[in-house]
Order: sequence, then C-alpha cells, then structure tokens
Amino acid sequence: MLSKVDGFIYPNEIELQWGILVVLYPYLTGLVAGAFILASLERVFKIKVLGPTYHLALITALAFLICAPLPLVAHLGKPGRFYEIMITPNGSSAMAIFGFVYLWYLMVVLLLEIWFDYRCDFVIWSREEKGVKRIIYKILTLGVSDISPKALKWDERLGYIITVIGIPSAFLLHGYVGFIFGSIKANPWWSTVLMPVIFLFSAMVSGIALVMVLYMIISYIRKVKIDMPCLDTIGKYLFYMLILDFSLESLDQVHRIYEAEESFDILKILVNGKLYITLFGMQITVGMLLPLIGLGAIQVFKIKAKIRKTIYLITGLMVLTGIFFMRWNVVIGGQLFSKSFHGFTNFKLGLIGSEGLFMTLLWILLPFCVLAFLLWLMPPWKKTLSD
Amino acid sequence: MPIQLKRLLPLFIIFIGLFLIVRHFLVPDTFGQYGHYRGDALIDNASRNLVHASKEDCHECHSDIQEKLENDMHASLSCLVCHGPGLMHVADPLAENIEKMSGRTFCGRCHQLNAARSTDMIYQIDIATHHTEKDNCIECHNPHEVWEGLE
Amino acid sequence: MAGAVTLSSMLDTFNVLLYAADPPEGEGPWWGVGIDISKCIGCGLCARACKVENQVPQEPFYYRTWVEQYTILKDGTTKVESPNGGIDGFDQSVEEKDIFKTFFVPKMCNHCAKSPCTQVCPVGATFESPDGVALVDDKYCIGCSYCVQACPYGCRYIHPEKKTADKCTLCYHRIKRGLDPACMEICPTGSRIYGDLNDKDSDLVRYLKENVTRILKPHLNTGAKLFYNALSQEVS
Repeated sequence: MLSKVDGFIYPNEIELQWGILVVLYPYLTGLVAGAFILASLERVFKIKVLGPTYHLALITALAFLICAPLPLVAHLGKPGRFYEIMITPNGSSAMAIFGFVYLWYLMVVLLLEIWFDYRCDFVIWSREEKGVKRIIYKILTLGVSDISPKALKWDERLGYIITVIGIPSAFLLHGYVGFIFGSIKANPWWSTVLMPVIFLFSAMVSGIALVMVLYMIISYIRKVKIDMPCLDTIGKYLFYMLILDFSLESLDQVHRIYEAEESFDILKILVNGKLYITLFGMQITVGMLLPLIGLGAIQVFKIKAKIRKTIYLITGLMVLTGIFFMRWNVVIGGQLFSKSFHGFTNFKLGLIGSEGLFMTLLWILLPFCVLAFLLWLMPPWKKTLSD
Repeated sequence: MPIQLKRLLPLFIIFIGLFLIVRHFLVPDTFGQYGHYRGDALIDNASRNLVHASKEDCHECHSDIQEKLENDMHASLSCLVCHGPGLMHVADPLAENIEKMSGRTFCGRCHQLNAARSTDMIYQIDIATHHTEKDNCIECHNPHEVWEGLE
Repeated sequence: MAGAVTLSSMLDTFNVLLYAADPPEGEGPWWGVGIDISKCIGCGLCARACKVENQVPQEPFYYRTWVEQYTILKDGTTKVESPNGGIDGFDQSVEEKDIFKTFFVPKMCNHCAKSPCTQVCPVGATFESPDGVALVDDKYCIGCSYCVQACPYGCRYIHPEKKTADKCTLCYHRIKRGLDPACMEICPTGSRIYGDLNDKDSDLVRYLKENVTRILKPHLNTGAKLFYNALSQEVS
C-alpha cells in the first residue's frame, strides 16, 4: 500500500474511507429522485403525453428506494448500530437527516402515492385473483374497499396532493446527499455551494434516462408498440436536463479554475492524472457530450422512428454510465489527494469482499429484481381504469 | 373526512407511537447529559488503563539519580525516554523488570547529525564515525551525567 | 428522558450553523496544546510512545500523532516526508548542499473548539468534552467515517479491529489522573506542552504570551487549540 503513495500524504489518509458502496448510494437515490420527478411531470404539470410511463416511473422509484440504503448500511464499520441514526440524530449533521428523509419519502410520498393510485385495482384484483395473490391484494387495500366514484375522486385528489409534496421531498432526498459532500470545508474538491444542485440535476438526468431505457426494454419484452410521442417527450426532457446539468458542472469547474485558490495545483494534477479517464472520458464524453449530440440531432433533424429509438437506447445507457462515473469522481476523487496538498494515495477496486466489484454488481442488480417483482404484483398495463 | 384518511391517520399514529416507544428503550441512559452524546463516554475515555508511568513515579525512589540529572544536560528528559513505559517496575519495584535502552541507534535518534536539528537545541555527532572502537555510547557517556569522567 | 433528548436535539439544530463548543465559565479547565517547532529534534519518541500508550495498531497507517519533516530545497521545491509517522526517527534524506531550510513538525489532534469533525457525526458518537477535548465514544460509533472526512488535518482513522473512529484523546485517561499525555511525558526537549487556557498562570498561557503562535489552516475557522511556535509558512 505504501508503495502506491505519490508525494506526501497525512499518514492516516492512505486508506480510502468511502469506497464503491458510498459511490452507489447517491447513484441509487439519484435514480429514485429522477424517476419520481419524471412521474410528477405527468401528474402535477399535466404533461399527458408521458402517461404511458407514469406508473412505471413510480414503481421504478419505489424499487430503487427500497434497495438504496442497503449498500449504505453495508459500508458502515458497525452496521448493527445503524438504528442509532434514527434514535439520536445529531441536529448539526447532514447525514443524520438520512433516517427521517428516507422514511418520510418511502412512507408518505412513494408508498402513499402508489397506494392512492392502485387502491382501486387492489380492490378489484383482490376479488378476481385466487390463493396467495388474493390475500396479498386484500392486505394492500388496507381494508378500504370502497370503489364508488366519490371514493375514487378522493384517491385522485389525495394522490395529487402527495405528488405536489413529493417534489420538494425528492429534492430533499437527494439534495441532502449533495450537501453531505458540499459542506465539508476540509475537502476542496467537495466543498462548493453548487454540490447539492449538481447532485440534484445529475440525479434527474439519470432518473429520466433510466425510465426511458426501462420503458423501451419492458415494451420489447412485452412485445407491445412503444408510444413514440411519449418517448420523444422523455428524450426532449432528457436533452434539456442534460444541458442544465452540463452547464452547472462546467460552471463549477470554470469557477474553480479561475479562482485557482490554494488547492488548485493539486486538483489540477488530480484531474489530469488519476481522474483523467473517469472524468474526461466517461463522465464528460460518454456521459454528456455524446448524448447531447445524439439527442440534439433528434431535436434539429427529422430522423426516422426506428433510428430515434436506437439513439434513445444508446444515449440512455451512456447517460446512466456517465452519471455513475460522476458519483465516482466526486467520492473517490475527493479522497485520492491529500489534504496536505502534497501528494496522492490510490484506490484499487477489489473483486471480492463487501466492498468488491461482485458485491457492487449485486447491489445494482437487486433493484431490477425488486422492480420485476413489483411489476408482477402491480402491472401498470393491467390497471382497470386507464388514466 | 374521506374514508382513506380515516384508515391511514390511525395507522400512522400507531406507527409513530411504536417508534417513540422503541426509541425510549434504545437510547442509552446517560445520553444528552452534557451534550448530544452519551455522558458515560467521558468516564469510558477517562478510565482507560495506563501504560506509561511518569517521571514523578521514578523520583519517589530514585531521588539520587534525580539530583544528578537536575544539573546535567539530560535534565529535560523524562526517565521513560531511556527506561521505557516502566509501569511494571512501579508495580513491582524489587524485580529486575526495567528497560535500559542505549546503543548507537538509540542515542542516534536524538544525537545523529541532521540538518533539521538545531545545534542550539542539541549536541549532534556523526554516529557512524564517532569513536568506532567503542560499541556503546554509554561506555564513555553516563546518561545521568553525560560529561562526567571525560576530558 | 426521551423528551429531554428530543428537546436538546431540537435545540442543537439552532447550533447547526455555528457549531461551537462553549468553554466553561470560570469553572473547570479548558485544555489546549502548544508545540514549539524550534525545540523539536525529530526523535520520534512521541509518536512511538503514543502508539504504545493507546494500543494503536502498529501498521504504518494509523496514527494519533506523527512527525513530519519539511525540507525546502534551494530550487524552491518543498519535500515533505513522514517515514512510518516518524516512529523510528529520521535520517537525513537530502544532501546538505541542496537544503535551503529544513525542520520537523509534530502533528496531532488540534482539539478544535469549533471542530468540524464533531459537527458532522450523525449519531453523536464523537464530541467535545466539557473540558475541551475531542473524544470518541467507541461504544456508540457506527463507523460511517464522516468525521474522518471532515477533519482538515488528517487526524482521524477507523480502527481496523474495532471498526470505529479513533483519534488522539489528549491521553484523557492520563490528564484526568493528573499525568501528562504520553507524547509530552516522553518529549526530551519539552517541545510539546499542554495546559488550561482558562488558567492565566498555566504553562500554556505563558507560552502563548511569550511566543508568536499560529494554528494550522486558520482560514477554515476550526477554533483549533493546538498552537505552534515558529511554524514556517510552508506547512499546511
């Protein structure tokens, strides 16, 4: 380990404290926030053309939210004590918000919104299905089996209110993660006012891209025709969000380069050295520039539907990769250089172990398994009322 | 009130109530005593075991050496510098259980010629070439009276 | 009890923006540390004594205190090194003729009055004691490493066996018994001292009065209570 140190580092800095699991958590909650915002575009801002993806976006958000805390708890030194964050949260710590924001978002926003949305279907399915499924649906109705027009109107109204509350809640859910990094004055790579905003916008970008890709894949699996106006609208919003995100991240870097304060010299070496491939290659080129060109071309030129679909699929996957590396560059990059500004340590991603690549792939795979289960339990295409 | 809320509100109140009850049992007793932390943690930190003695412990029995050292170059040193943590010896003074460190490498830790050491602060020599016919510095330099018996 | 805790954590929220520990009003000590660079000879006995006293793991990357050597070369570059934290002492690594200036800098926890590390602990497992020492409650720490990230001076680490945060405690178990911290007991030149900032007759207050002192990274407003004398501007 010592041989990999470049220059001088404070002796305690040789091991990175936050590894790939802490890269994964903001990535997953970002997908949640982004998918939810896309859903709320349809519900609150009445962009009806997004209708086909509304339920998919909500259920995707739920699947990823359920799985998001798992890598976080796994990375703790003492995971058995994780409950302490709920019982004695320290009012001055951004991380302490996690317990309550997470619970609030899960219970009040997502679960309630999905319940209001699906309650009528749960009632109907609990009457139609047999066996275990029947019992599950009955429980999910929470005993409220009134599906008169008056009750359904209340479902609609309450669901709308929840969605409106959900938008700032989604901002808080992911914004606080950005604040966790942005408020650390000890680390000049992290400490910037823009950090929560950048995290939020890159979250929205990744969430929109995820729903877009999932919609295309699921439609392919189900062998149904993709609603092109819907897909085109998602692509348009992805394009606008990408522009915003790119502008914000560029602003952050231009400001840093211009002010060139004490930490600039070491950060310049960091960016041009250890972070070169992950920053310029993956985050910027693959994650932003190429998608911007692809999506921009669709906005400017008339392109056939078949090619548009291919572009959407490829750019969606590129964006998802790029945003992952954006989290990587923030978390890992911020720990690679010494706070003495005199040297670097290094990070090696192992294959096995709780912080290894295999475990990481498992954590990434898990939400998709949960999503598949939720789509089996609450299929959007079998809903009785089309909305 | 719509029927949905009539079902949901009690459920939420029960959930929050259960949470508060569980919390009451989980929060440690002395938490919040002096601030947002467990008050007993101060006691935990204060009651860890000692490993090093202190030079006052040594002076209790070895006042003759203490007197010699007071007027010597090594006056500012604690006995523990050359004699180690020493708690075992304080516990059982009659046994032969005290370290007595010496030798070129050990004395060189302080006295080896080094540009970062101020010559105002400390005498320095090149350990490798200084009187190579002698094995150990203490053959000529009594650590408690460094210049005695020389010149 | 639960009500009191809830209320105090609500009041804590108002302390969020300026997270400052309050020095006791005339009662009880308020500990600070002084390190005199002009007296440090880089013997490294302090770093070794600390590891022995506090059972710090012996691997070369867990230190509660360590010594750095700064060598400013004649071509203007600065070389910093800390071989094994300075535990085995230092050898001269650069030839005399290339050296413009060189000196040793011992480092340890600054026991900040407005410590960024205790500010960020999500559960309240690290704190500033009423007498001004930043401590860790290893029975409560969840090992999230947020405090390690927040310390600007690199003083903290996660203990490899306990999996909780660990750091210099100013040998709290020694100073509460009226003894000196291990590093200060062992320092042969008296470069390290500690004392009560509230006591105008203490060694530390006299040291502050008689010397030109400064703290590390003052622009971060950490309220550091480790006061260096003769600390050259190259040190970060």
